Amino acid sequence: MIEVRFFATLREGRGKISEIPAEEVSSAGDILRRFDIPTEEVSILLINGFHSKPEDAVKDGDIISLFPPVGGG
Amino acid sequence: MDQRYIRNLGALTEAECALLREKTVLVAGCGGLGGYLIEMLLRLGVGEIRAADGDRFEASNLNRQLLSAPGVLGRSKAEVAAERAAAVNPDVRFVAAPEFVTEANAGQLIRGCDAVLDALDNIASRRMLAKACSDARIPMIHGAICGWSAQAAIILPGDGMLDWIYPEGAALKSKASLSFTPPFCAALQTALCVRLLTGREVEAGKLYIADLLDMEMESLF
Repeated sequence: MIEVRFFATLREGRGKISEIPAEEVSSAGDILRRFDIPTEEVSILLINGFHSKPEDAVKDGDIISLFPPVGGG
Repeated sequence: MDQRYIRNLGALTEAECALLREKTVLVAGCGGLGGYLIEMLLRLGVGEIRAADGDRFEASNLNRQLLSAPGVLGRSKAEVAAERAAAVNPDVRFVAAPEFVTEANAGQLIRGCDAVLDALDNIASRRMLAKACSDARIPMIHGAICGWSAQAAIILPGDGMLDWIYPEGAALKSKASLSFTPPFCAALQTALCVRLLTGREVEAGKLYIADLLDMEMESLF
């Protein structure tokens, strides 16, 4: 399984954590599509705590953390 | 020691208070974050505060911007900030710049600053300010809010931190902001600023993210 952790507004309608079977996705971008999250709505994407990009591969046991852009003032 | 700063002692040393009196900062933006940043920096007794904003107050600011009030709608945010500064702490040199921070004026606004506080409201302006700060070798104290969320960081010249905070294509989805999010974020920024200006240990390159809805705080490298 791959654990997906959502933060801030990305939790709306998704909760804080979700799990998806590793065989159903091959990249972080697949996970975004799976949860219907447009790429521009994610500013920080971590795979096991490391900064990553949607095209980066994911595998069983990975933890993906997704943060939305926070930019108001 | 001036009685106005006496309660700083114990948390800051007398030498640190004196050091703050010698520092110059720019607050870029006098809206939600900027209003509270200016208030906190004034009361700390930072030597010179420059405040830049080309905007004017409007009714939609009233839910969260400290310097906004029905009586100042339509007035320059920077000029209202100057009046607040004169009322709160006339010992601070306060320079109001009623203009937006742009590529053309950023260099002049930040010249001689010990730190620049990011109180801007969009990603493009932040990128521009971060580049100007990096070029001038001045640390930028980033802050940003959205809804229940706030984030802050010390960005050192050349560290490229803003590039991972806001990757190419990142877009702001919501303009929502509540009354308590800007002061919370401004407090994080001011604490980072005081640590930086007094020479205390700082963890540059670390982004502090607070979620006030779920009461969580993350720190990311």
